[in-house]
Amino acid sequence: MDIPMQCYLLVAAVMFFCGIYGFITRHNVLAMLISLELILNAVNINFVVFNRFLYPEALEGYFFTLFSIGVAAGETAVAIAIIINIYRNIKNIKVENLDNMKF
Amino acid sequence: MDFNSILTLLRPELSLLAIIIILLIYDLFAGNTAKKYFQPLAWVLLAAHTVWSFCLTPEGTLFGGMFATTQAASLVKAILSLATLIVFLQAGGALAKAESSFKTGEFYVLTLSTLFGMNIMISSGHFLMFYLGLETASIPLACLVAFDKYKQNSAEAAAKYILNAALSSGILVYGLSFIYGTCGTLYFANVPSLLDMTVLQVAGIVMFLAGMGFKISLVPFHMWTPDVYQGAPTSVTAYLSVVSKGAAAFALMTVLFKVFAPMAAVWQDLLYGIIIVTITLANLFAIRQKDIKRFFAYSSISQAGYVVLGIMAGTAEGMTAMIYYILVYILSNLAAFGVISTVENHTGRVNIDQYNGLYSTNPRMAFVMMLALFSLGGIPPFAGFFSKFFIFTSAAASGYYVLVFIALVNTIISLYYYLLVVKAMFINKTDAPAPHFRSEKALVFSLAICVAGIIFAGVASCLYGGIGQFTFGM
Repeated sequence: MDIPMQCYLLVAAVMFFCGIYGFITRHNVLAMLISLELILNAVNINFVVFNRFLYPEALEGYFFTLFSIGVAAGETAVAIAIIINIYRNIKNIKVENLDNMKF
Repeated sequence: MDFNSILTLLRPELSLLAIIIILLIYDLFAGNTAKKYFQPLAWVLLAAHTVWSFCLTPEGTLFGGMFATTQAASLVKAILSLATLIVFLQAGGALAKAESSFKTGEFYVLTLSTLFGMNIMISSGHFLMFYLGLETASIPLACLVAFDKYKQNSAEAAAKYILNAALSSGILVYGLSFIYGTCGTLYFANVPSLLDMTVLQVAGIVMFLAGMGFKISLVPFHMWTPDVYQGAPTSVTAYLSVVSKGAAAFALMTVLFKVFAPMAAVWQDLLYGIIIVTITLANLFAIRQKDIKRFFAYSSISQAGYVVLGIMAGTAEGMTAMIYYILVYILSNLAAFGVISTVENHTGRVNIDQYNGLYSTNPRMAFVMMLALFSLGGIPPFAGFFSKFFIFTSAAASGYYVLVFIALVNTIISLYYYLLVVKAMFINKTDAPAPHFRSEKALVFSLAICVAGIIFAGVASCLYGGIGQFTFGM
């Protein structure tokens, strides 16, 4: 049974907007980071699907995905290091407490 | 593709990479006595690199079109490395303190890594290279923002920076995936002929602009800027406000000119609105700031609006005006940040009230600050006036009269808040002005470069003409 391309793209779009929604509504910095991962994975799915269905003769989409996974890992590593630093400073990672500076 | 052309075209990147490796190894293996020479070594190496970068590389492509450099791009690289050199010269005082002296090596290596990423981003020929350069530029910057490990503000600013940077690049690549889906390629050379204004492509370009808007901090996407600028160490703030912003703005222009030129109608409409809100809102918010770093954050947002105004025209004049604007903005802003970091190092405070009566105790510092603010505000004999003038001319030449008028009105508003600081320094009475302080030689030298640049760039018309030789339009 063949699954049409639109289904994959729909999954990716849902993931992307779930990520945006989560990024805006979560109160925990780690949960925000997870939402970001959702966004980046939606991008990866998009690239792979476009490559597989529309342009199977070249590999640009696959390669973009590989690099994007690597970059996302690096980004997460730095973000987690920063979150640990926040925890050391204020003993929690709630977004509400990151309000020293505003306006 | 032969080895020789790699050496010629990739020269700025390669020499920067060599400096990074030398400094990294030196920092790892040098003993305590040799560590004293680390900063001078870094300055000398980067100065040599800067001078060498001003011998521009020719135009050409490498690696099957993944890397495409132009003379304008290599000129911007040279300007950015000059700015980084000035930031380094100013960072010495803050790095000499006990709580950060052992991290000196990290500061230099991380900063140069971001500069390397920006160089890649500026002369990319494929969206993958562009994305990798963007990330190489923004991930180490998050580490730099978190440099003051034991200060809560620094950690908070770093969290805000990395989360926003990751979100914006996520949105950006989601847009790129649409471009890929409709065109089947991401090479800058091949995409333009395949653009046909389908809905997916318009969505892609909107998302791309949103992602870049975060990096340049244009208004609907600017919310991270003041917080990050306030929380980051002052030298990092200086770096963020000039180098990072200038590189992102130039990269955006290259992509819009080279790749999205067939869809100019779409992005010109978008930028039109963005520029108006950026300049206006940032100016209004700047008026009510009490913290000088936050104040300069809003000022830099509004300056970014003017920079992007140079893109609107889509002509070679617009590009020339923008490169000139970036150069002048770098010199003026870094002069101001040199004074801010000196005052911060000696008094530990960054409020604007701290500058009351600065003229009576530190006349030369106050004078440099005044020059910088006059140049940022655009008062005639200084370079800032001419950079704004050229930007407005290029936009008006393409018929954006209303836009130029709004920008002009905003220049007057910005003059008000820039002069508030000048008033604080020269006129406001205070019982306890900041004490007189002697600053390090490196910082004085960097301020001398900035002041000379502000005055020289204002009177030497050959500079603008010289930049004009290398630029290109849509």
